[in-house]
Amino acid sequence: MTDLMSYDDAMAAFDPAMGLEVHVELNTATKMFCGCPTEFGAEPNTQTCPTCLGLPGSLPVVNGKAIESAMRIGLALNCEIAEWCRFARKNYFYPDMPKNFQTSQYDEPIAFDGYLDVEVDGEIFRVDIERAHMEEDTGKSLHVGGSTGRIQGADYSLVDYNRAGIPLIEIVTRPIMGAGEKAPAVAKAYVATLRDLLLGLDVSDVRMEQGSMRCDVNLSLSPKGAGTLGTRTETKNVNSLRSVERAARYEVSRQAALLAAGGSILQETRHWHEDTGVTTAGREKSDADDYRYFPEPDLVPVAPSREWVAELKAGLPEPLRDKRARLQGDWGFTDLEMRDVVASDAVGLIEETIAAGSSPQAARKWWVAELTRRANEDGVELTELPITPEQVARIQALVDEGAINDKLARQVFDGVLAGEGEPDAVVAARGLAVVSDDGALGEAIDRAIAANPDVADKIREGKVAAAGALIGAVMKDMRGQADAGRVRELVLEKLS
Amino acid sequence: MAADLASGATTSVALTRAHLDRISAVDGAVHALLHVDAEGALAQAAASDARRAAGSPASGLDGVPIAVKDVLATEGLPTTCGSKILEGWVPPYDATVAARLRAAGLPILGKTNMDEFAMGSSTEHSAYGPTHNPWDLDRIPGGSGGGSAAAVAAFEAPLAIGTDTGGSIRQPGAVTGTVGVKPTYGGVSRYGLVAMANSLDQAGPVTRTVLDSALLHEVIGGYDPMDSTSIDEPLGALADAARQGAAGDMTGVRIGVITELGGEGYQAGVQQRFDEAVALLVKAGAEVVEVSCPSFVHALAAYYLIMPSEASSNLARFDAMRYGLRVVPDGDPSAEDVMRASRDAGFGDEVKRRIILGTYALSSGYYDAYYGQAQKVRTLISRDFEAAFAQADVLVSPTAPTTAFKIGAKLDDPVAMYLNDVATIPANLAGIPGLSLPAGLAPEDGLPVGFQVLAPALADDRLYRVGAALEALLENEWGGALLDRAPALEEATA
Repeated sequence: MTDLMSYDDAMAAFDPAMGLEVHVELNTATKMFCGCPTEFGAEPNTQTCPTCLGLPGSLPVVNGKAIESAMRIGLALNCEIAEWCRFARKNYFYPDMPKNFQTSQYDEPIAFDGYLDVEVDGEIFRVDIERAHMEEDTGKSLHVGGSTGRIQGADYSLVDYNRAGIPLIEIVTRPIMGAGEKAPAVAKAYVATLRDLLLGLDVSDVRMEQGSMRCDVNLSLSPKGAGTLGTRTETKNVNSLRSVERAARYEVSRQAALLAAGGSILQETRHWHEDTGVTTAGREKSDADDYRYFPEPDLVPVAPSREWVAELKAGLPEPLRDKRARLQGDWGFTDLEMRDVVASDAVGLIEETIAAGSSPQAARKWWVAELTRRANEDGVELTELPITPEQVARIQALVDEGAINDKLARQVFDGVLAGEGEPDAVVAARGLAVVSDDGALGEAIDRAIAANPDVADKIREGKVAAAGALIGAVMKDMRGQADAGRVRELVLEKLS
Repeated sequence: MAADLASGATTSVALTRAHLDRISAVDGAVHALLHVDAEGALAQAAASDARRAAGSPASGLDGVPIAVKDVLATEGLPTTCGSKILEGWVPPYDATVAARLRAAGLPILGKTNMDEFAMGSSTEHSAYGPTHNPWDLDRIPGGSGGGSAAAVAAFEAPLAIGTDTGGSIRQPGAVTGTVGVKPTYGGVSRYGLVAMANSLDQAGPVTRTVLDSALLHEVIGGYDPMDSTSIDEPLGALADAARQGAAGDMTGVRIGVITELGGEGYQAGVQQRFDEAVALLVKAGAEVVEVSCPSFVHALAAYYLIMPSEASSNLARFDAMRYGLRVVPDGDPSAEDVMRASRDAGFGDEVKRRIILGTYALSSGYYDAYYGQAQKVRTLISRDFEAAFAQADVLVSPTAPTTAFKIGAKLDDPVAMYLNDVATIPANLAGIPGLSLPAGLAPEDGLPVGFQVLAPALADDRLYRVGAALEALLENEWGGALLDRAPALEEATA
């Protein structure tokens, strides 16, 4: 069992430094260097050609749209755009790499020296971007047999090359220092903000669960106040927003325990396990890891004109912070409410829910309070809950129409999340409609009066406030499906 | 042949069958071909005859059969690159050059032998055994494209395609008495050419006459969007240049003799035939200047860093995971074990040597000293050429320092083997075009000598003009084509 130091103790003794490498699959119609389609989820090896299979003799041709997307990402991240840059070959052997080299960029990235401001608890942290470069994705290995689904112990492996050659942008930060105990939260906020920025650019699906956005977390500790950089680990397979924060916290605790015990950190690749919440050692990595980079001789240099860069810059969407400020104003949220919305990663969801007809406050209430709690309970991202903004808006509409109340609405959420269909279907199937039929209500009220004669007397004496107890009894009797307003009217009528 | 096809004096089927018969008769001795596609070639020939009969030939060369170096992908035809590691591999696609040959109606007779992955100057490094020089079966036909040159020299094919990374078209042309052209880099698509060194490789014609090369060059050349390094410029009127040159008038043409490519290290008979050819050009009106290219002394060293570096990366894909030879060691081997065993069994010694060299040259800490320096030398060589072309329209030299040597003579001395390409490599490093044509037989051994013509990038037409002129002047001296003097192979075979 790995020794861990409590997070608070670790933070009392050490300063964390973090670097994040985010890989983003672009949503171009075709691959980086060939004309194959990029659709997710196709039959294995059906979206391939000689080039992306690396067949002998095949050659790459750069996808102009991918270059444009890369430059727009760079510009949105406040980067410089290279006047001239080349692709390079990163040489290493792996079965899911058709050529046993990855066509990437090395010392000449398309974009460099930028930043992204992220907000944590109302405070702005500036994350410096070292570079954003273009490369191609690898194929995807499926290890069959064995218990873990990993390469160790597998009986055989299958490779799907549909993913091979899909355009990737790798965005690398400079070390994030000085965030202290908030470092893991900054990491999560960075990835979330980056995702929103990419969505706004419409350059990627940025679906972490589908792997179209993948994050590696580099983390090291140094003695508190030393201002130095310790030995880092690179944690891979961090494929959800929650995991970014959890993996960073775990590495802090693990490294702190090791260092405190007089040990040293091994520079290595580690794997994050979403289910158990731990990292385990992967390949040992040293600076001697030699990819033998050299300029890709099959491609010509990329030299975007300054006019093109200016044109792309002018066409960028509204910056995220401006957009958030605008939305907060439009929606009438307080600073605190907006902060919760951002922390819940619900800005986009609320925007869509409002677009589907809901009021801002209702949308906020459901997503931030009700659904965020459920996502946390299930250990999934809010965006991964099997419910759409349109469905949330429809449930709120049913409340507004008086067909259901908030309590019933929660049961409708249960039904929709359980896959029972659209909100209206759940209401019908579960028989959740509010009862405002005077006959049925009258009988329940009579039963409540009979059971609570002293309360009934108080009302008759004019203590109208006591009606609440009878209404509660009726609601209970009718399993929450009574129209509370109508019950109150009927009670007061009967006892006046 | 094209004229006879056009006039109806012969048919493509007859021509193709005649060449297939010739292959049957002599290729046992020459071993120029790795794969013969009689059925496919005859079918393409029949289709060609139908087009000719309908009065709609696909090109001027429609129906003329051709052999293709086994380094170019041909759909449905095995493509081995002379290596065990690709034994039996049948590409699912055509190289652009192959596609253009088919579109122009040239029946593909088969695939020609070569040094494994084009690494060599003698075709002895083929995993399928050496090709023999039709002039003397105990001698090498040059390399790496010895198969294409020997097939053309032995009349097994009227035309062939070669590829030239450091001289693999021109040097075999020189030692077999044939014509070979390395076009401007980017002039002929590399799509489907299994790369040895991507920044140097170029496919081109291997023929018996300069005009044939020009005609074939026009078929295979020109912009291809599938190759990013392909040049989107017109090829120029190559055949017209050859026809103009054949008239033999060289008035006003400035010919630069490269000081560094000749003299010491060059066989006396090679130098003599070269000098005689230059004298003929002068007689025809050319102006001769001596030009110096001081950086050429570093060309071989730079080449032997850049080429293996690129090759080490290119050849990484041969890992037994997707195609080609797969050797599974005993026990419970990992993917890495299978890769290791397959590459060990599938690659020959010369290939392994270059992979190791290239891997080393690209390694962290050595990159700047080796690959980086080599690229700088490359720039210097290009500047030398620029300065030389300011003084001359074309540059000339012997194509190879010696005539064909005996099979086995240099097999144990890689550096001696590498020196065969000392005169051809600079053109590859600079990306400029070069042509080799026969300059006669060396008096001391009676073997063919090659004469090289170099032109600035995109001025391939100058090669054809000067080449065709010299060819006409020489044949006038000889009273016929040089190959008419080659031994009859039927006797050698018998």
